[in-house]
Amino acid sequence: MNFTELELLRATAKETIKLRLGEEPSDNYKYHVLVCGGTGCISIGCKNTLESLQESITKNNLQDQVKVVVTGCMGTCEMGPVITVFPEGYYYCRVQPEDADDIVSTHLMGGKIVERLCYHAADGSVQPRKNDMTFFKKQKRNALRNCGLINQTSIEEYIAMDGYKALAKALKQMTPQQVVDEVKKSGLRGRGGAGFPTGVKWQFVLDQQSDQKYIVCNGDEGDPGAFMDRSVLEDDPYSVIEAMTVGGYAVGASKGFAYIRLEYPRAIDHFNKALERSREIGLLGNNILGTDFCFDIEIRVGAGAFVCGEETALLASIEGRRGEPRPRPPFPAVSGLFNKPTIINNVESWASICPIIVNGAEWYASMGTEKSKGTKVFTLAGKITNTGLVEIPLGLTLREMVEDIGGGVPDGKAFKAAQTGGPSGGCIPAAYLDTPIDYENLAALGSIVGSGGMIIVDEGTCMVDLAKFYLGFTQDESCGKCTPCRIGTKRMLEILERITKGLGKEEDLDLLVELANSVKASALCGLGQTAPNPILSTLRYFRDEFEAHIKDKTCPAGVCKMPRKGLKS
Amino acid sequence: MGAECKCNCNQEGKLDALFAQYKGNPNGLIVVMAGIQEIHGYLPKDTLVQAAEALGVPLSDVYGVATFYAAFSLRPRGRHSVNLCLGTACYVKGAPEVQVMLEKEMGIKAGNTTEDRRFSLDLVRCLGACGIAPVMTVNGEVFPRMTAEKVSEVLAKYE
Repeated sequence: MNFTELELLRATAKETIKLRLGEEPSDNYKYHVLVCGGTGCISIGCKNTLESLQESITKNNLQDQVKVVVTGCMGTCEMGPVITVFPEGYYYCRVQPEDADDIVSTHLMGGKIVERLCYHAADGSVQPRKNDMTFFKKQKRNALRNCGLINQTSIEEYIAMDGYKALAKALKQMTPQQVVDEVKKSGLRGRGGAGFPTGVKWQFVLDQQSDQKYIVCNGDEGDPGAFMDRSVLEDDPYSVIEAMTVGGYAVGASKGFAYIRLEYPRAIDHFNKALERSREIGLLGNNILGTDFCFDIEIRVGAGAFVCGEETALLASIEGRRGEPRPRPPFPAVSGLFNKPTIINNVESWASICPIIVNGAEWYASMGTEKSKGTKVFTLAGKITNTGLVEIPLGLTLREMVEDIGGGVPDGKAFKAAQTGGPSGGCIPAAYLDTPIDYENLAALGSIVGSGGMIIVDEGTCMVDLAKFYLGFTQDESCGKCTPCRIGTKRMLEILERITKGLGKEEDLDLLVELANSVKASALCGLGQTAPNPILSTLRYFRDEFEAHIKDKTCPAGVCKMPRKGLKS
Repeated sequence: MGAECKCNCNQEGKLDALFAQYKGNPNGLIVVMAGIQEIHGYLPKDTLVQAAEALGVPLSDVYGVATFYAAFSLRPRGRHSVNLCLGTACYVKGAPEVQVMLEKEMGIKAGNTTEDRRFSLDLVRCLGACGIAPVMTVNGEVFPRMTAEKVSEVLAKYE
């Protein structure tokens, strides 16, 4: 395939999805019914809904007028199975198989919406179209641009949505340095957690002289509570493949590896299919788009180790070894995979690249705050009405996230805290709900943006127990190579266990802080260095809860099982 | 090769192909071990010895990798693999109670296999299905919004 053929394919493919973009279609379809096939909706039974819809459509002889498409995650996992009906973008929630006939007769044949299936906001108002929904209104979707809008593994639909425009532009009009400059100017920072400027990393690799360089995609999304990378890999695999190819051109690498965790079988399957399809039509492999540029990608499946999300551990795992981190420097940009210069970026970072190349760095940098540019995907989960996948311009306040997008805390309970950044992060209490979410602000509050997991907890959650949960996690996942992490997390966990059993001593809190600060300062990799964060952060805002456990032997949230008063501990 | 295999898996050909593909290449160790586990359901010692020889990796390193990664098992596993998610969202929404019930129903602690090899029970950290927490999977099939009450009903489906 060459540049002209790509544009021809785009023109043809675009005709088939125009109806979804609000343009006049040239075919006979009057409606596109999009059925969410994300993991959430699948497990709630979207397959049965899909079959009933198809049956009903065939029964009424509408198959020439109504096109049914299975897409990736639309983002509102709590409301599944969800479907969207275009051209208007009407959004139906919790659609059961028995609702199919109603949708077909009332909406597709009668032209009226089925109000009972529409989204009902907390104030009782009906928000029938996607664009009416408060959940979507404040979002800006870049990394998730195609999720829930196109068939997950169709390269034609991806190309119709401006896919491979970035690669074509880079190969045709840009030098490798210009590509790197564009990424640098965009202000994009690593979306995996550390927030390191992506373009700067690329520049390091471009500047290295080497016979071989590598591109790596970190798809070992291990933070509990984060699932944006799974969604991107499952629902828009080409966006990552194209971006890795652009990265290969930018730094002079001919080989890429996508490291995807074992726990995501559908992501592996879709990514594999997408790789095969890209090779088939000449967008991956030798002489891409008729140029001299050659690039290919191989999948490596993780084997269940959280620490492999750390870049040097991940590289060791690709090399077939125990996934143990090593000290840096040398950084992977200088000596990475097989000791060659390597770009390693997270899935969401890769998914953000192509729009930057197509629309320009200024466009991307116009979103976000002064130091935190662009958009970031968050996964809203826990005690929140609208759980799901959300992408916002950085700088939106936590309150807008929780109340407007998330629809608030359910069951009339009170918001207690937002836990961000998973086991490496911390919690933000209600007093800071009006803080604009960006890298700097969250760091100042003792938490981090991290990979974007956001767990909302209400008054029924015990913060000491939550800190213990995270320590249990990092203790379990500590690789054991360095002493501060291996032993430090164990001792901290023991203290927390003691406190939650009502056996804590007054001096325990000082000991915890001392230990936490030592581990932070001396652990080898990010896992250990950030493992104490959940403790330090809960101590900062919820010290009274710790004290209640220790002094009064009570758990204010009623979660921890305390010895009955009067019993000897 | 594969003569020691007692599980009638009839997949020796697949293993031979895998060994041949990564012959002398230590970088293929995890891929090969994942292949062995897929075929046998666990990592039999004899097969690991063969893998070590084929790839040119010391057996001690093979053991090191096998014990490092949660996905690998050196013991035979149950016919049905039950994974309960203990990620944060599942945790705050009641997964610990589901765990208690699972352990009670199966009569084992998490991380083990029942004596009749009907079930293996493992705790996993985030399946990325936080929107429908608490989540549990049996042989890969996802069960959303689990509660302790639903446990016996779900398990009964698997013999």
